[in-house]
Amino acid sequence: MSALIQCEDLWKIYRLGDVEVQALRGLNLSIEQGEFVAIMGASGSGKSTLMNILGCLDQPTTGRYQLNGIDVAGLRSDQLADIRNRQIGFVFQSFNLIPRTSALENAQLPLFYRGMPLREQRAMATEALKRVGLQGREGHYPTQLSGGQQQRVAIARALVTSPSLLLADEPTGNLDTQSSQEIMAILDRLNKEQGITIILVTHETDIAAYAEREVVIKDGRVLTDRLTHSGVSIGQTEA
Amino acid sequence: MTAFLWLTMVTAIRILSRNRLRAGLTMLGIVIGVGAVIAMVSIGEGAKAAVAKRVASMGTNVIIILPGSMTTGGVRGGHGGAVTLTTADAVDLKKRIPLLSETAWAKREVMQIVNGNKNWSGMVNGISPSYLTIRDWSYTSGGPFTQQDMDTAARVALVGQTVVENLFEAGEEPVGAVIRIKNIPFRVVGVLAPKGQSSQGTDQDDIIFIPFSTAERKVLGTYFLGSVGALFASTERPDDLARAEDQIREALRLRHRLLPNQDDDFFIRTQVDIGKVQEGTSETLTIMLFAIASVSLLVGGIGIMNILLVSVTERTREIGVRMAVGAKRRHILMQFLIEAVTLSVVGGSIGILVGILGAQVTTAVVGWPTIISSDIVAAAFAFSVAVGLFFGLYPANKASRLKPIDALRYE
Repeated sequence: MSALIQCEDLWKIYRLGDVEVQALRGLNLSIEQGEFVAIMGASGSGKSTLMNILGCLDQPTTGRYQLNGIDVAGLRSDQLADIRNRQIGFVFQSFNLIPRTSALENAQLPLFYRGMPLREQRAMATEALKRVGLQGREGHYPTQLSGGQQQRVAIARALVTSPSLLLADEPTGNLDTQSSQEIMAILDRLNKEQGITIILVTHETDIAAYAEREVVIKDGRVLTDRLTHSGVSIGQTEA
Repeated sequence: MTAFLWLTMVTAIRILSRNRLRAGLTMLGIVIGVGAVIAMVSIGEGAKAAVAKRVASMGTNVIIILPGSMTTGGVRGGHGGAVTLTTADAVDLKKRIPLLSETAWAKREVMQIVNGNKNWSGMVNGISPSYLTIRDWSYTSGGPFTQQDMDTAARVALVGQTVVENLFEAGEEPVGAVIRIKNIPFRVVGVLAPKGQSSQGTDQDDIIFIPFSTAERKVLGTYFLGSVGALFASTERPDDLARAEDQIREALRLRHRLLPNQDDDFFIRTQVDIGKVQEGTSETLTIMLFAIASVSLLVGGIGIMNILLVSVTERTREIGVRMAVGAKRRHILMQFLIEAVTLSVVGGSIGILVGILGAQVTTAVVGWPTIISSDIVAAAFAFSVAVGLFFGLYPANKASRLKPIDALRYE
């Protein structure tokens, strides 16, 4: 079985005026279908850049990134939009729900851009909200929901399309401990019961502990890569 | 795709109604522009129709031939100063020119008219019976005098509405009554239906008709028998007027034995000439309206563009989220375009209502006639859509070209 994610020698170079910033410096990473991976690293380590590239929101400067066997580099913006729509679900630190729009309609959004008939959109979004324990709150607006509930709407929006990959960027960064645990429990269940691959960016070790594998990034490369429960290292450790 | 369009429209309306004051102020430019155009076009159309009605009240397809000017010892008189036209001219024209359906002649003078103890100074016209046909007069009571009245120089008269009002008591029946013109008794045989003001603004109902022969011999007097004040002719179709005018000129020059180097001793006017003046006026009005419409729609459009640019900036993160979950460029483009068109179409529709209301208020208050044509309403609507599309394109394009990663990071 080929890997879900296969990154080879990824480089990302930004130019800020005259200064050249090398956010990624030849990063290699391979993630199998069904894994639950935590990506950790200090700010400026390149982990956000990596997440953006994995999420097809950004393109690497050089190197190869294969998602489900498709070489993502060089795709046009509409093709990337399609991949994001069908294969990837996003959960952000700041929830990023559309304001003044009901929970149901927020969860519908990816289906809406697929051009699915309205009735099906509603049915699937209602089902997704149920899976994160928000049945009965379909008509609530983001301002009427707690932070934890908002994040659950965001998770419903991410999984409504049954993606193969769920990217969670500091999903508990804005939440209290109790809500954080609830959110992580949901993610854990999605991974265990439905086999959704989850990549989690965090700098909190107790959150990272939910994952089975921990990848630490430093200076644009993988510093350590190990299975959290057994402590076994995977692949090479660079630098 | 239809689900997408529908939901986008619903979203657009919801987003716009979030900030009603802002949306309202944005639309105001379009509302005022469209409203002003609709109101002014309605008033213009109404005025045009009123003038057309007045011209038509002269009778249809009428050609008027007036005697030319006379020069006496170097002093030139105006049109009609000379006495060059005769009843024989009219009869001959009818015979020679098949295009003419009818010819008539008349002479007139203001005279004092008496009925019992009332008197009135009115325009007394001696006419051939065919004049009534050409000028399209009808009657509220009685009827026209006949060729026999003409032949016998009968003392019969037709009176206009204004004359009736001034010469008779209310409720008194004029038909059958005897009035005196220059102390000669005339029997009233018909009352003319009112025509209102002429295109020159004179009262067409302040008028008395008597047979030409009677006028010439007994009332108005004459230079020589058969001399007339004016000739009239009509054609079947308006298109024939110009050709008929040329043929009349040729025939009259021949009859009057004019040499090629001599000027006409008569002067011809047709309704086409009168129409030209009107056309000029309405053209000026149209150009002015177009200028006003362009400026106000331009200002309205810029307002829409401005508010959309603000909106794109305010909602950058939202755009990023939409892109992250799979919105393509065209989805974002459509969303903002639909918002722009919604603004302009709602504004335009309100403007149309305001314009119609304004036209009706004008009619009610000032009394000007107004006509609301469905063409101009449709055009205003189409223009609103076009303004929305045109001025929405730049902000929408700007939004759709955002990079998802930049849009998501925007604070």
